[in-house]
Amino acid sequence: MIRSLPCSRTYSAVYRFYITLFYIFLIMPLITICVLAFNDSNFIALPWKGFSLDWFFANTNERLGLFKDVDLMLSVWTSIKTGFFVALFSTLIGTIAALLFEEEEFRFKGPLYFLAISPLVIPGVVLGLSILLSSTNAGTYLEATFGLDVELLRPSFWLVVIGQFSFGATYVMLLVSARLKKFDRTLEEAALSLRATRLQVIWLITVPFLRPAIIGAFVVAFLLSFSNINTTIFLVGSDPTLPVDLYARIKFSSTPVLNAVSFMIVAFVSLAAIFGFVNNQKNGNS
Amino acid sequence: MKKRSGTFYLLMVPVLLWLMLLIVIPHLDMVYRSFRFETDDWEMVFSLNNYLTFFRDQIYWLTFVKTALYSIGVTFLAFVVTFPVAFYLTKVVGKQYSSFMTLLLLIPIWIGELVTVYGWMILLRDNGVINTFLINIGIINEPIEMLFTNFSMTIGLLYMSMLFMIVPMMSALDSLDDSLIEAASDLGASKWTIFSKIIIPYTTPGIVSGGIIVFMLVIGDYVAPNILGGKSSLWFTEQIYNKFLMSFNWNEGAAFGFLLLGLSSAIVWVALKLSGQKLEKVGS
Repeated sequence: MIRSLPCSRTYSAVYRFYITLFYIFLIMPLITICVLAFNDSNFIALPWKGFSLDWFFANTNERLGLFKDVDLMLSVWTSIKTGFFVALFSTLIGTIAALLFEEEEFRFKGPLYFLAISPLVIPGVVLGLSILLSSTNAGTYLEATFGLDVELLRPSFWLVVIGQFSFGATYVMLLVSARLKKFDRTLEEAALSLRATRLQVIWLITVPFLRPAIIGAFVVAFLLSFSNINTTIFLVGSDPTLPVDLYARIKFSSTPVLNAVSFMIVAFVSLAAIFGFVNNQKNGNS
Repeated sequence: MKKRSGTFYLLMVPVLLWLMLLIVIPHLDMVYRSFRFETDDWEMVFSLNNYLTFFRDQIYWLTFVKTALYSIGVTFLAFVVTFPVAFYLTKVVGKQYSSFMTLLLLIPIWIGELVTVYGWMILLRDNGVINTFLINIGIINEPIEMLFTNFSMTIGLLYMSMLFMIVPMMSALDSLDDSLIEAASDLGASKWTIFSKIIIPYTTPGIVSGGIIVFMLVIGDYVAPNILGGKSSLWFTEQIYNKFLMSFNWNEGAAFGFLLLGLSSAIVWVALKLSGQKLEKVGS
């Protein structure tokens, strides 16, 4: 049943058949979308009517291709901006949190750590609605008391960034903590005994050691943001992110341009994955 | 207590701000709002009315119970479907294939839920790929109605969540020493004994963390039930969403949100107690 143990042929054959089925299940929806993105038809599904690039480049009354659809391109751009800021803030605060919980001792550390990982067990919908509630409350209060109208506290671009950051930081913290656990503390002690300040030690020794994890965490936070919809949908203002825009289109006006967008996402992710894989193999670690 | 350096506060303050402003206060606010009720004279009073609505209206608590049971079911299904795959990739297939096959598993995660759910929508439609295929090879004459049912919703929920279970199970299996299995096999243990006495106990931490991640994704999901589920298969998140963005009854929405949070926390807590795990472990 494992590599080193022999087993019956039927057993291996059945096992291999199951694994094949699993991978077909996994890849089927992706292949379908990719093929149908090039279908010369005005409907999102079958039948196949021939090859066409219309849903990427056309700009006629009937067909508006992906690259000619201004709204769609705008929501892609919004998503990229959102992802960048979420990744930036999450990486910053998540790394700080990792340093705090791994290297410092203080009262209430346990309860605080529990809070920091709680976004893992809070449904995204609840996180979104509670942030919407309290930001609206704060906005109303500021307006009633000081006559201030704070854009930030209404559903808007920045509120989406804040909402996604609230759980993004948790994932960054966990990824960076995992690397920090492998860190040789004597390096820090040596630097401290040579009269480096605590801040210098963190900046010159700990952070460089953490760099691969920090870069990885930045990418993960960006991807989390780019695909998030459960939290975003409560906080989004007049400029939808790509998932919110796609969701509305799937619900109310599906044209094959959805296939074209999906194809671009699948192609981009697959290329990035293969690039990362080849790079990894070259460096000799899998 | 020893004197703190400035650096400590430099680390402490941002983290405290994050946790207080974005986690603690919003949730307290949600609980507070859930007990507010607007009377007929537009006066806000303290009341249990929002929760009473939930229990009085059958559709709400039925959806609530259904969401809970389905989420547990899908989590279990995800384990059954993916455990053989995790085992195959770590213990059976040659090393040269396993890293590429693992990479394939990660691609749907990165693509994101919306695109994959959309893909399933195209596959399962009446004039979709599966029905067209089955009609063309002559197995059926009329398309089978698969989209907008509990079946299509389950497929969508399973697909978007199950891969998150494989990764923690694989890292648990990776650290299981093959010689334990070899020794058991040499001593004449059957496959089933090896599986239930060695493999499962050893990988329990991985199974529990994976299971909790899957469960949370499923119970808090909005897209798969909404796009693939249709009218007959309501999900509790859809009720919350409707309260907020359709009927603008935020107080009831807050109460429903709090109920969902209570439900998921209770089930996760029970799962952790039953398996003797700690939440702190789930993160790592």
